[in-house]
This record gives sequence, structure tokens and C-alpha cells, in this order.
Amino acid sequence: MNDTLFHILIIVGVLLGSVTIAAGLIYVERKMLAVWQQRKGPNRVGPFGIFQVLADMVKIFFKEDWIPPFVDKKLFIVAPTIIMLTILMSFAIIPFAPSWVVADLNIGLLFVLAMSSLGAYTIILAGWSSNNKYSLLGGVRGAAQMISYEVFMGLSIMGVVIQTGSFRLTDIVEAQQNIWFVIPQFIGFIIFLIAGVAETHRLPFDLPEAESELIAGFHSEYSGMKFGMFFVGEYLGITLVSALITVLFFGGWLGPAFLPPIIWFLIKMFCFILFFVLLRATLPRPRYDQLMSYGWKLLLPLALLNVLVTGAIVLLNA
Amino acid sequence: MQGYEDIADKLKGKFPEAVQAEQQTQDNILTYWIHKDQIVKVAEFLKKEPGLEFRSLFDLTAIDEQARKHREGQPSSKFTVVYLLLSYARNQFIRLKVALPDEPKLPTMTGVWPAANFYEREVFDMFGISFEGHPSLYRILMPRYWKGHPLQKQHPARATEMGKFSLSEEQMMDMQEILQFKPEEWGLKSTSDNNDDFMFLNLGPQHPGTHGVLRLILQMDGEIITNVIPDIGFHHRGAEKMAERQSWHSYLPYTDRVEYLSGVLNNHPYVMNLERMAGIEVPDRAKVIRIMLDELFRISSHLVWYGTFAQDLGMMTPVFLTFYDRERLFSIIEAVCGDRMHPNWFRIGGVAQDLPEGWDKLVREFLDYFPARLKEYDKMVLKNNIFKARTVGIGVYNTEEAIDWGITGPGLRSTGLAWDFRKQQPYGGYDQFDFEVPVGNNGDCYDRALVHVEEMRQSLRIIEQCLNNMPSGPYKSSHPVATPPDKKHTMYDIETLINHFVNVSWGPVIPAGESFTGIESSKGYTGYYVVSDGSTVSYRTRIRTPSFPHIQFVPYYSKGYTIADLMSILGAVDFVLSDIDR
Repeated sequence: MNDTLFHILIIVGVLLGSVTIAAGLIYVERKMLAVWQQRKGPNRVGPFGIFQVLADMVKIFFKEDWIPPFVDKKLFIVAPTIIMLTILMSFAIIPFAPSWVVADLNIGLLFVLAMSSLGAYTIILAGWSSNNKYSLLGGVRGAAQMISYEVFMGLSIMGVVIQTGSFRLTDIVEAQQNIWFVIPQFIGFIIFLIAGVAETHRLPFDLPEAESELIAGFHSEYSGMKFGMFFVGEYLGITLVSALITVLFFGGWLGPAFLPPIIWFLIKMFCFILFFVLLRATLPRPRYDQLMSYGWKLLLPLALLNVLVTGAIVLLNA
Repeated sequence: MQGYEDIADKLKGKFPEAVQAEQQTQDNILTYWIHKDQIVKVAEFLKKEPGLEFRSLFDLTAIDEQARKHREGQPSSKFTVVYLLLSYARNQFIRLKVALPDEPKLPTMTGVWPAANFYEREVFDMFGISFEGHPSLYRILMPRYWKGHPLQKQHPARATEMGKFSLSEEQMMDMQEILQFKPEEWGLKSTSDNNDDFMFLNLGPQHPGTHGVLRLILQMDGEIITNVIPDIGFHHRGAEKMAERQSWHSYLPYTDRVEYLSGVLNNHPYVMNLERMAGIEVPDRAKVIRIMLDELFRISSHLVWYGTFAQDLGMMTPVFLTFYDRERLFSIIEAVCGDRMHPNWFRIGGVAQDLPEGWDKLVREFLDYFPARLKEYDKMVLKNNIFKARTVGIGVYNTEEAIDWGITGPGLRSTGLAWDFRKQQPYGGYDQFDFEVPVGNNGDCYDRALVHVEEMRQSLRIIEQCLNNMPSGPYKSSHPVATPPDKKHTMYDIETLINHFVNVSWGPVIPAGESFTGIESSKGYTGYYVVSDGSTVSYRTRIRTPSFPHIQFVPYYSKGYTIADLMSILGAVDFVLSDIDR
């Protein structure tokens, strides 16, 4: 009985926790960008503007949820829900602390990859159903980008899998008792980081949106909470990728005992979230074909090489 | 005329019949009245003849002569078309005029200069003069449903003269229908040679990448641009028409807003023209104050360009930092002028007031502060590899093409030609200053960026020289036409009192004549062509803005690039819509 209750608590906790963190990121991102850009950022609602999140949420819920007459209505409504669903599903396999995990699948990593592939549908369907040339261009770009970067994303973490010998995320964390995988798998880490940015289509890989070229790309026609879902989806995506990096390369909940494991996990995760924000504040956006050739010509061979070398070393040691 | 002797000989030798008359103008630019049938041949001769080489069609405009009183020695004409050509080899302008005494029609110049396209459309739009053989003679600044031609003297200038405005549902639908893009009108096909459909993408008038209400229609093959048709005029406010009903003095605030990022840089050519026509000598202190404010505004305009250009390429941060610096500049400008963006500070014969106490401290602080920031931006933007990948080798054109299309400013200098009007035709005292003219090599977007950034450093040098050598003396000429007139002696002698009374109540009278002068503005050459009929208002004021030819040139060198590159190209052009549409 106690076990079931604990499990339900974890499910609710993960669900609420991740959505709250994603919403809170609105504030974190705005404030941090302001710090880096010599501005004040939100400072009107509540002390230091911390209730800005609430204000934003209330605003977006009460906005008119308008569906333009020329869109493909069913797909238009379905599209933004997909990204929320797939990313929230992915959180199910993240171990936040020992046994703090919703579903400790033995194919955990494959599950994440599968879910993030499904996430591509959001962009494609939103771009297609909007019946707008800018959205279509954004959708096409997004589809190509996500499919390409998925390849290296999968390959980049194979080194970790080879070293651990398991797809289960708890096993991967425990395998890092002696040394975090970021050291032996440094190339894998870099490629996973880049692919992660591309998967969440944040600057510098925000080509599907590219506001100076495509206005807002695939979500140009969206308004109200449907638009909000794209944004929460994006922040959820950042949280997920940061959590994955923590688990795969930085030892998950592991850390000196003076802090509880969950705190260690959160600290590491927030470092990467801030890194994502910093990226956005710093870099310009490459051109679409540059992004593609960078991926296929540089990252793919590197990822393959990484798998080859890791495999060889593991074989030698065995 | 001095410096022009050989032209007169050559031209009259080749075309003995063509020249109807020669006209004396206050700006000492050789002005010929050419017969309508021979204008194209004469212009082509001037363009191609070795030794003359008037390669650039610098401006093309018209004058409605029907209400003019002072036309001594000029052929009779209802409408006059005015061509202004520039020879870079000779560093000289020449002006050709064509009289149209009866029907407003003459052959097109687009065969000699493709750049004549937009200018002729504008003249057609504004004056109703049609150009035979023009490929697409549609209205350009006014909407197509407009009745009448605004710069004709009979066209009303005020809304109150035009009857009540109403817009029915039906009219609105018609107007929207007119905005629909029809590829056939522009000689474009809907399908490519392999029978693939082109995509026509409507970019703007509301689009984050166009910096204003600019509409570009892109013909695209996938993401590759095969043609661009600019549709301008959404920002048209009739600045030239307004000049014809404001007094010489009260038109000054309008000039500020012609290119709204450069403030007083717009005042400068206008007042220079009036001072020349009235024979006013500007005191040294006024000259140096003007130059200092010009350069402060040049930096301010370039800062806006810097930030927004980076933003066009997806960089989020620089725009906030450059705007922060611009605020610091504005605090200096505010201390001097009392206003920030549009200070309207120059006056006929000088500037509005003397510099305030402590101005030197403010300027000194900025000079100490800014170079470090520029260095930081270099690190953040110019040295960024993604930025380079987006701009190097994108949007390339050479000096020849730039001259042919009337490109000036950083866009011309990026091709390697060190042509700065502050050096080549020094005005307002610039010959006394020590600065360099930065140039690029490749004429691509990256070089245009480099030139812009280096220009800010040179402006700092000029400002420093102003600061260290600010002359003492009056800040405005004591000439009776200088406005507002000096009040000191009005209570002591009747002559000054009368002058003061007349100039304040009616406004100054500028002697009849014509003058064209321009300056090296932040975006290129801004010139004013002022025609006075000896009254308190201008008879015709033509504003030659740099952005107009620059935007016309964009389609020519953006074919074959992607839509993302178009954003680099547009960003590097450094235009503002008010400058295009006036």
C-alpha cells in the first residue's frame, strides 16, 4: 500500500514539478536575459517581479483562442498538444534521486529518443495546418532539422550505453560512481548538447521560428493558450534535455552527502538550463543549409567515431 | 562655367541642336536645358564618353512650373524634368533639364541607367509625367487608387481642401484587391523552366525583418530567391509637398523626420542651401557645433544599425547594448538641444542656441566610455564565426555596379572606393578636420558592417577635435535673413526692427534661384534641391535620399540567395523607411 502511495506521489510530483519548473523558466529566462543585456527585466509584479509568471499565465489563459478560418482545424488543434504530451511522457523515465522515478524502464533511453522523434510532428503539423507560407517554410525546416539532429542525438549517447551496458537510466547513473561520463565521453557530451539545443529548437538552432525571417515560423498563426503550449513545450524541452545531460554525463543525483540527492540533481539541471539561456543571449542564428551541412558533415562522423572508439576500448578492457 | 569648359565644347560639338539654353544656378552646377528628343542620347554620351564619365544617375525629379514667376532665360515649360548626374572621375555634378511645354511625356532613361526605373515611377506618380518605354510605369509612393498627382501645383496639400473622407466596405475591398500581387505586371512567370511552381512570398509591410513598413514580394524556388519586387510608399508623408506651404524656417522640423535616425544630419543640407541662396556666411563656432552634432548623430544612427543588423541574424543581445549607448548619446544631445531624436537644432545662418555650460564634460565622458564598448561589440559580433558565415560573401556587388545604381555611403565604400563627400566635396568646415575614410574590399555584407563600425571610430576622432578646438564667437550669423533674427539691436535702430518683425511674422524671404547641396549622411548622400521663387515659401523642395536608390538596388544583387541571406542583405543596406518614402 505504502509503495503504491509513494508511486502516485512521484507521478504527481514529477508532473507538477516539471510543469512548474517549465513555467518558472519564463521568469528565469526573462530575468537572466535582462541581466546579460544590461536591462532590469520583470520587476513590477511582486518582489523582484517573481509573480510575473502568474501574470503571464493568467494573461495567456484569458487571451482569445482564435482559430483562423483558413486553417485545417483538427490538425491545428492537435499540433500543440503533441509536444506537451511527448515531453511529459519522457519525464517518466528520468530518475531524480534513487528510486524517485515514475517508470524505471529497461529501454529508458530508447523511449526518450522515440518520444522526441514524435515531437517532430508538432512542428510539421502546425506548419502544415496553418495554411500559411511562412508556417510551411518553418515546418519544412523544422522537420528536416529534427530528423537530422535526432540521428546524432541517438548516436552520441551510444558511448554511454556501451560503457554502462544498459539503457536503463538508473543503471547509467550508478555506473558513474567513480567517474562522471562527461570525462570519458566528452565528445559524446558535446554532440548531445548541440543536438539537444537543436531538438528544442532554441537559438542558435531556432530556424523553424527564426523571427527575423519567418515571423514566427510554424506557430505564426497561433494565439492564446495554444500558442502558450508551444512555449511551455519549449521550456519543458529545455528542462528535459538538461535533466538528460545531468543523468547521462554528470552523474545524476550523485554528489557529496551533505546535500540530499534530489538537490544535487536540481542544481546540476539548473546549471544547464541557465546555459541554454546564455546561449540564446549570445549567439546568432546560422543559415538553414549551414546548419544541415554542419550536422551531417561534422557531427555525424564525429559521433560515429566516438561510438567506434568507445566500443574498441570496451572490447579491449573486456 | 568654371571647370566645365570641355563639357560644353564636347557636347555642343556632338549634339549642336540639343542644348536649348544654359541656366545659372546658385550651386554652380552646370545646368543645360536639353531638347526632349535628344535627352537620352545626351545622357548616354555624358555617361560613356571618356573624360566625362557621368556614370551615376544621382537624382531624377521634376518641377511643376505653372505657378512660377521668376523664370528669366529659361525655355517655356509646363513641367520640367531634372536629371542630376555625378561623375566620380571628375568629382563634378551636371544637371540636365527637359522642358515639357505641352504634353507631359518623354522617353525613358531606363535603357541608359536601370536605376532610372524607380525615379521615373516617382515622377510619374507625383507629376503625371509619363515615360515612354518604361517597363513598369505604375505609381510608386501613392496607392494605385489615388486620384491626381500630388506634387502638381493644383493638387490640394491639406486634408481640409479635399472633402470629407469616408471608406465604405466596398472601397476597402477594392483597395485590398489593388494590393494583390500580379506577377504578370512585373514580367514574372508563375512557373520555372522545368515547370515547377514558384512560390510568391509576401514579405511585409508588417514583418520583423524589414525594419518598417516595407513590402517585398519574393519569387522563390524553394528557399532560393529568384526575384524581388519592392513595393514602397507605405511610409509616404508628403514631405516635399509640405515644403511648399511651410515657411523656409518652419519647414526645418520636417527635415528632421525625413530620416528619423539621423536627426540634425537632415537639417544640414537644407540650411546649407538656404544660406548659399541668401548669401549668409556661417560663423565658425556654428560650423563646429554643427559638425559635432552631425557626428554624434552619425554614431547614434550607426548604433541602431549595429544592433538591428545583429538582431536580423538572430543575435538577441547587441541591440539592447547599442540602444543603451544610444541613450547616453541622447543625454548629450538632450543637454545641448533639449530634444533627443528630432532636435531640429540648425537654423538658417547657424544653430538655435549656444552650447550649454558643461557640455564639454558630457562629451568627454562619452569619448572615454565608448571605444571600450566598440571593442566589446567587435568581439561579440564581428568576430563571431556564425556572424561571419552569415555575412561574408553574401550580397556582393562591385564599385562599377554601385556607381551605376547611385549607391553612396558605406554601401559604396565597402566596395573599395574611398568616396566620402566630407573629403571629396568638403562642406560646412569638414576640410579642417583630420579623419580617415574606411573602405572594404569585397563589397559583401561583412565589409559593409566593417565600414560602419570603423566610421563610428572616425566620428569619435572628429568629435574629439571639435571638443578640443571649439572656436569662440557667435553661434548664429548676424545676416538679416538668419532665423530667428538677432534681437539685440531691435530697440535701437528701425531697420533692424523692421527686419526682425518681417522675418518673425512672415518668415524670411530667400532670393529666387535654385540650389542643390547634400551631405554625407549616416546612410549615404542626402541632398536637397531647393527652388525659390523669391517668396517666404519654397517653390519646390526635392529631397534626394540615399535609401531610395539603395532599396531599388536590392533585387539586383539578392537573386540566388536564400530568404535568410536576404535578411543579412537588407540589414547591411542600413535603410529606414521614412528615408525611402519621405
